[in-house]
Parts: sequence; structure tokens; C-alpha cells
Amino acid sequence: MREIVNALRTLGVVFGHAFRRRVTIQYPDERPALAPRWRGRIVLTRDPDGEERCVACYLCSDACPVDCIALQATEDARGRRYPAFFRINFSRCIFCGFCEEACPTCAIQLTPDFEMGEYRRADLVYEKEDLLIAGTGKVPGYNFYRVSGLAIAGKEKGEAERESPPVDLKDLLP
Amino acid sequence: MSPAGSAILIVVGVLGGAITIAAGLIYVERRLLALWQDRYGPNRVGPFGLLQVVADMVKIFFKEDWIPAFADRAIFVLAPAIIMVTVLLSFAVVPFAPRLWVADLNIGLLFVLGMSSLGVYSAVLAGWASNNQYAFLGSLRAAAQMLGYEVFMGLSLLGVVLQTGSFRLIDIVEAQRHLWFCVPQCVGLVVFAVAALAEMKRLPFDLPEADGELIAGYHAEYSGMKFGMFFVGEYLGVTLMAALMVVLFFGGWLGPGLPAPVWFLLKTFALIALIVLARGSLPRPRYDQLMGYGWKLMLPLALVNLMLTGAVVLAGR
Repeated sequence: MREIVNALRTLGVVFGHAFRRRVTIQYPDERPALAPRWRGRIVLTRDPDGEERCVACYLCSDACPVDCIALQATEDARGRRYPAFFRINFSRCIFCGFCEEACPTCAIQLTPDFEMGEYRRADLVYEKEDLLIAGTGKVPGYNFYRVSGLAIAGKEKGEAERESPPVDLKDLLP
Repeated sequence: MSPAGSAILIVVGVLGGAITIAAGLIYVERRLLALWQDRYGPNRVGPFGLLQVVADMVKIFFKEDWIPAFADRAIFVLAPAIIMVTVLLSFAVVPFAPRLWVADLNIGLLFVLGMSSLGVYSAVLAGWASNNQYAFLGSLRAAAQMLGYEVFMGLSLLGVVLQTGSFRLIDIVEAQRHLWFCVPQCVGLVVFAVAALAEMKRLPFDLPEADGELIAGYHAEYSGMKFGMFFVGEYLGVTLMAALMVVLFFGGWLGPGLPAPVWFLLKTFALIALIVLARGSLPRPRYDQLMGYGWKLMLPLALVNLMLTGAVVLAGR
């Protein structure tokens, strides 16, 4: 008897769902709302002056659990390090975001974009020009060379923001 | 038009209508199940996804029609035809509206019951000819289930027959002019509905197919249009059982205002929606539970209903 009552109640509950809101997002017509921190397509950002943020420290390629990041460090005439090439194989990438966490200069960032389908596997290998974007991404004001103590052409030690001139260790005066 | 011409027209109309509705049910069922699961279901092909049926049909017609080397070829080909033929033959005696029927048999109800018994052969032969242990297990279950539930399917209808005094489906409809049989024969209706679900192997009584344990049961080895025939046969069975319930318990074409065929279609579709709802909400019973319900609950219920109806009819003489 209890089973019959249960079955009838189930029928009623399921029928009641006809009047509920449908949860489907009809994807190509409707876009899903992605959170700002959604881990999607990886980009390389620029600093507010429009120069590459990446200092080619290899931390991202070290952190990457699937070894999908490859790069080669080099240095320009001013003494700024930058990657000669920067390559991400998105057919391997698992979008874990470890590279973003490892990056000391906020250069590499994950974006809320997942529409990366390609017909050829080789097209999923993104080169530096595919990865570099014009803007600063999620970290608007940050410029590594302006806050770090590293000396480059046009900025000696002690000239960075919130930095005092270096102490001369061989001088006795206070 | 000559009587022969109109008869042929009705035959072609019923045949085409039944198959079209059965094919359309694939779409209807998917949309209704989606509605009750807070989804949309197929809605991209054509307006409201209506052309999904056409797409499915085209796909299934062009699939490779493959017969396994270990199968018994002749019976393997015959089995899906049997279910189609038996169900379509049953439609011959269903009265859709006054003067709109293919055959006016004075034993119409017996004919339908006989045809649905023959339908068991389809499942049994399919499982046997497939020469596959899962298919064979499925067909064994199908045989036990369909034979078991057929016993009280017939008994549950005898109350209606007693009240009408005729096996003729047209008489049964006419006898409901003042009160539909779903009121005095409510027990018979419930028993018949359960038996009908089991008879057409619909969820929750789909133990012969039971995808979780038997892969697909007796049609595991079928592909292409042969599988399609089992599929359409199942939906034809749903349509037939809904139409039969309308004729036997819900006053057939009778109803105020609207034309008779419209009433018939409306009632049939309401019952089909109920059958889909049962599929969408009820879990599949265990095999021993299925047999237990059948022999220990439904059969006595049907017998008690039959005796009470007989007593009431006798007292009313």
C-alpha cells in the first residue's frame, strides 16, 4: 500500500516539474555567464606602458603539470628579459591555472573564454603573437620594472617606485 | 464515393495515421520527458524541433543493416515484422469515430487480446534467433512477463464486457453514453493500465530490455531499420494501448462540442502523456517484485472486480 502511495506521489512531483523554470542554457543562442576568474584561454598581458610583462623566468613552464608551455629567454638592449618565443600547446593544457599562480609579474593569465575548437590539432599550438594581448588583463596598474630593484637602461637602482636609494655598505657615515 | 473506395481510404488512413503518430511519439516523448526534467529536449531541427523525427528516420534508414553471422537469419528477419503486424492488425478493430473503423468484429476485444498475445512471439523469436545470451535472457523475461500480465489483462476487461454485454468495441463505446466506464470499472482501469504497461514492455516494466543489466535485451543484436521496427512497434503499442483505454474506459469518441475524431485524439494523447509521465518518474521493479505484483496483487484484484461486477449486473437484471 505504501508503495502505491509513494508511486502516485512521485508521479505528482514529476508532473509538477512541468511548471518549473528550465535549467538549460541554449548555448550558441544564449551565452553562459562566466565568472571573471573562469579558467579558460591563456593570454600574455602587457604592462600599462604597453610592453611585454613576461620576464621569461620559466616558472610557468616549471609549474605546468602537463608540460604544455615552452619558451626561450632572451634580453633586449635595455637589459629587460623577455621570451624569444613563447608557445602553449592547448591540446595538452588542462587549464589548471598553476602557471598564473606561479607568474611573478602577472604576465600569464587565464581568461573566461572556452571557444577554442579547431579542425586541425596543430592549430591548437599557440605562438607568442597569438597569446599576447594589448591590455593589462586582470591586473590593471602593475608594472614589474617600475617597482622592482632591478637596474635596466633608463632606471638605475633606487629609482623605482617606493624605493630608497641603495645603502653604500662601505661608507661609515650614518 | 463507392463503399469499397471509402473502405480502402479508411484502411490507408488508419495505417498511415497510426505509423505517423507512433513515429511522432518519439519526438513527443523526448519533449515531454525533457519538460518534466526541467530541460528542453530536441528543439533545434525545424520549428520546435518537429523535424527531429525526420532526421532520426533518415538516419535509421541509412544505417548499416547487419545480421550477425551466428544468428538464425530467417527468424531474425521475421521477429521485428511480427510486432509491427500484430499491433497494426489490432488497430483494425479500434473505432475512432462513428463509421470510422476498418473492421466491425463482434469479438473485437478478443481479437485485440489475441493479437497482443501473438506479439510475445516477436520478443521470444528475436531473442532466440539472436543467439546471444543477453538477448536470450531478455526474451525469457519478456515471455514470462507478457504471458503473466496477459492473464489479468483479459480479466480486467471482462468487467467492461459484462456491463456492456458485448465484445464489440462499438457497443462498448455506445454503452458509455451516460457514464464512462472509468467510474464503475475504476479497479479494472487501474489493473488494465498496469497490465498494458507491462504488455508493451514500457518503463517502468521494461525488464526485458533493462539496459543496465541486459544491454538492450532481446533486440541487442538488431541494427538499422530492424531495430527501428522494434522501436516503432513499441510506440505503436503505446498508441494502441492508449486508444484501447479510451475506447474501453473513457467513452471513445463521445464528448460535448468538438467533433468525434478530435475527442478521440485528445483523450488518446492525454493517456499517452500519462504513460510518458510514468516512464519519467517510476523506477523499474526487481524481477521477483514484478512477478509478485502480477500474480499476488493484480490477478486477485481483477478477479474480485470481475465477481463484484458480475454480482451487480445480476442483481440489476
